[in-house]
Amino acid sequence: MSLARVSTFSGEEFAGRTLPVRPELREVLPWPGLRRGATVALRGSTSLLLAILASATAEGSWAAVVGLPGLSVLAAAEAGVAVERMALVPRPGTQLGEVVAALADGLDLVAFAGTTMIGAAQTRKLAARVRQRGTVLLPLGPWPSADVELRCANARWYGAGTGDGHLTHREVEVHATGRGAAARPRSVQLCLPG
Amino acid sequence: MRRGQRRRQAQRACPALELVADDPDRDARVFEPVTAAVEGLTPGVEVVRAGVVAVPARGPSRYFGGEEAVAELLVDRVAEAGVECQVGVADGLFTATLAARRGLVVPPEGGPGFLAPLGIGELDQPAERLAGRAELVDLLRRLGLRTLGEFAELPAADVLNRFGTAGALAHRLAAGLEERAPSRRRPPPDLTVEEEFDPPVTRVDSAAFAAKAIGERLHAELARRGLACVRLGIRARTEGGTELERVWRCAEPLTAEGVRDRVRWQLDGWLRVAGDGGLDGGIAELVLDPREVIGADALQLDLLSGEAETSAGERAGRALVRVQGLLGPESVWRGVIGGGRGPGERVRLVPWGDPPTPERPAERPWPGAVPSPTPERFATGPVPVAVLDESGAEVGVDERDELTATPHSVVAGKGSPRRILGWAGPWTAAPLVRLQVVLEPNSEMGERALLLAGDGSAWWVEGIYE
Repeated sequence: MSLARVSTFSGEEFAGRTLPVRPELREVLPWPGLRRGATVALRGSTSLLLAILASATAEGSWAAVVGLPGLSVLAAAEAGVAVERMALVPRPGTQLGEVVAALADGLDLVAFAGTTMIGAAQTRKLAARVRQRGTVLLPLGPWPSADVELRCANARWYGAGTGDGHLTHREVEVHATGRGAAARPRSVQLCLPG
Repeated sequence: MRRGQRRRQAQRACPALELVADDPDRDARVFEPVTAAVEGLTPGVEVVRAGVVAVPARGPSRYFGGEEAVAELLVDRVAEAGVECQVGVADGLFTATLAARRGLVVPPEGGPGFLAPLGIGELDQPAERLAGRAELVDLLRRLGLRTLGEFAELPAADVLNRFGTAGALAHRLAAGLEERAPSRRRPPPDLTVEEEFDPPVTRVDSAAFAAKAIGERLHAELARRGLACVRLGIRARTEGGTELERVWRCAEPLTAEGVRDRVRWQLDGWLRVAGDGGLDGGIAELVLDPREVIGADALQLDLLSGEAETSAGERAGRALVRVQGLLGPESVWRGVIGGGRGPGERVRLVPWGDPPTPERPAERPWPGAVPSPTPERFATGPVPVAVLDESGAEVGVDERDELTATPHSVVAGKGSPRRILGWAGPWTAAPLVRLQVVLEPNSEMGERALLLAGDGSAWWVEGIYE
């Protein structure tokens, strides 16, 4: 992979402006980490979300997850998320847009479900806000203006036999598509939890 | 006559008016005997400022036979101390203070109705030293909001956006809501600050000096932990060994100056009693004991530290408190991991701002717990499923908690059965058994794993690995 292709920034200039991610994910992202101010849509995998939150919160970042009432904090902790720095807003109701905007002001990563409830105007405002604040926005669903979309496919589970053993991990393909530098689709194999 | 009136106008209204310079220290000294008189009638007296004390109404009114009866007793008792007083009863401190000035008993839930017609200027109470409150009141007036009710009718979210946290706090007062921020909590026990005086403090000027030092120490200690005090206990021991204690209660978080003022006022009050020969010697030891604190995010942060630089945690905390302002205190949670056997039992969700203590200890062994990884998502409603064997018969659990047949497929509702590629368990945590199953792919997503729970007669989806 060539970094020179993806931007005109040098590695050092980028270092302070990205949040750490798993090395496998660096393969499919157009940045050497999660670029602050970027929007990365995640499709079809809560475990991928947790993997992303784990690398960032372990380094001191603060995260919020909005609109996922069933999210298991235990699974998050097992995946390596610093749960003391993860706030949950399970039921934002009709104020989803306002809640996400308020969180984008103060947290490093904001993930939210119910993406289709946010209108075009609010979407543009949010994008401007996260770029200005350096927040990483993680819509959990379709998000037309995302810089990158990561989609999980073809999960394979390991560990469970016929009544023996127990589930240990799954392998998924992560496909990335996106605008600009990230426009070329790529994919990578990822172990979750890993 | 009213506060804020010009001297000339006041003198016109009352020619015999005697003018006295503003001196909070003197007020505090003079007020101490009044506090003591009220304390003689009912416990739990909290000083709000010189001139105002708060007492919980429920206990004494039951004991003395009604709120009016207590009010009368209080007026009599305070008259014996040589001053006239007015008593008001209401749900919150702010509302009660305004009720007292009118000598009213506001019925439970009647706060908003009582406040609505009052002037917007009532928000600017003296002695709180709240930066910006007078400007806020002025701004509201210029916006055409003349009464508390008109202000209270604005949507809370709009007020927060337009006027910030300080405005939101004032808005809660105007609406007759609990005046303190949602994140109120008891402080950790080691937050008290102590100081011994040798020689003992006997004079008012040395009391002021002592108050400044110890007040700033407490404030710095609280600020370091991102807290601010809303109820402050002040304890003192005299040379002769007498223990004195007084609790100061504040409608809004104390600033550094606020702490210092209250300590000085209290010391002045006690020294006056000492000067009258009522105390055995000067004050030899002083303890500040914050009884109730809130996250400093409820206070504008620049009031606290004067530093523009804020940490990631503070920024996050402020954003989260803002969301609590939008949706209510029970809208933002954080998970605390403890012990337990089911994946749901091991997590306790606590509202943001409350202390994160687990329900059950994590250390001790929990037999029957399903090994990790835990499903990333719980089913939020009941999803009953049937587990079928190869012949299509339902698989149950026998009395030894073993499966009655080998599971072959899972079917939910009227859907078509999905073949089981692998399974593990059961794990028994009476009365439930749990089973992990991996289902064949039915979309590009690939294989699907579920955690099923059963009670012997039925199975349902407890968790989804996704």
